[in-house]
Amino acid sequence: MGVGEFITSKLDHAVGWARKYSIFQYPFITACCGMEYMGVACSHYDIDRFGAGFPRFTPRQSDVLFVVGTISHKMAPVLKTIYEQMCEPKWVVAFGVCTCTGGFYDNYSTVQGIDTVIPVDLYIPGCPPRPESVLDGLMLLQEKIQNQKQEILPKAKWRETQSSVSRLL
Amino acid sequence: MSPEQQNNAQAQLPQVDGERPALGRLHQQFPEAILASHSYRGDDTISVAGDSLLPIMQFLRETPELSFETLMDLTAVDYLKMGKSPRFEVVYHLYSLTHNHRLRVKVPLPEDLPEVDSLTSLWKIADWYEREVWDMFGIKFRGHPDLRRLLMYEEFEGHPLRKDYPKSRRQPIVAQRT
Ligand code: SF4
Repeated sequence: MGVGEFITSKLDHAVGWARKYSIFQYPFITACCGMEYMGVACSHYDIDRFGAGFPRFTPRQSDVLFVVGTISHKMAPVLKTIYEQMCEPKWVVAFGVCTCTGGFYDNYSTVQGIDTVIPVDLYIPGCPPRPESVLDGLMLLQEKIQNQKQEILPKAKWRETQSSVSRLL
Repeated sequence: MSPEQQNNAQAQLPQVDGERPALGRLHQQFPEAILASHSYRGDDTISVAGDSLLPIMQFLRETPELSFETLMDLTAVDYLKMGKSPRFEVVYHLYSLTHNHRLRVKVPLPEDLPEVDSLTSLWKIADWYEREVWDMFGIKFRGHPDLRRLLMYEEFEGHPLRKDYPKSRRQPIVAQRT
């Protein structure tokens, strides 16, 4: 292994480590699963132990989109906009069976799984999922974050993005 | 309803009693408009013809000894799979705050012309109820000021609570409104 490769892989590892323990979540809570989300967030289960205790209530400051609760067809475009407003790198967690597959709401109004609208990284089934399974899911997500290729935009690319953003503004 | 059934309904006319005079008064006032009525454990139900709904409701609201000031609920039923004819029925639940009594009024509506007069002129609350029933069952309310869908979005096709709306039918997701 060359020195360059060694440095990149170590850098990847370090960035992954930093990213997985500083998950800023955006809780997109629409239904009963929200209670369980609160249960996980509060002191008894204490999601803060995993470095994910800091919900941001704006998508622009968050890394992980927690979709918690039933998504109706009317809500789907809003969810998509929220997802698009998040900065890279970003991950999506489908929390509860409603978001995974639509659950028992097999009807005209419910989106049959949010993966028909936005990409999903992790599915936590259950109606609602137990806090233990949420934490389990969170650890799986951390594993995924740690092991993936850490995209860091090169300077030129970064400038390009900046200028396109300022064009938009 | 056959004439015989109608006679039966007439034969079971409830007596005008002090506490719940609504059925008796209606039978007196609108004998031809009433299709059926029954009373079970203090639950009064009356089925009326669609074209006389508005005068009947006005009568129920404005007669002092009835004074049904509140329209508690307005919904509809689709009897498609129960083989009942006519297919639809709009159901109104009235409540009188003054006299503490209730009445259920039903209006059967045929499949080919599911239309009935709007009650928005009597009760403001009927506005959203009627929009909901239009949205879910496709029953039109004549004279409604703004009969748009209430729960579903405008691009949605069909009326999902009709029993012939396929359970597994999915419609495309629309763009976000700003
Ligand atoms: S999965 Fe169950 S608990 Fe969660 S939002 Fe759906 S119905 Fe509610």
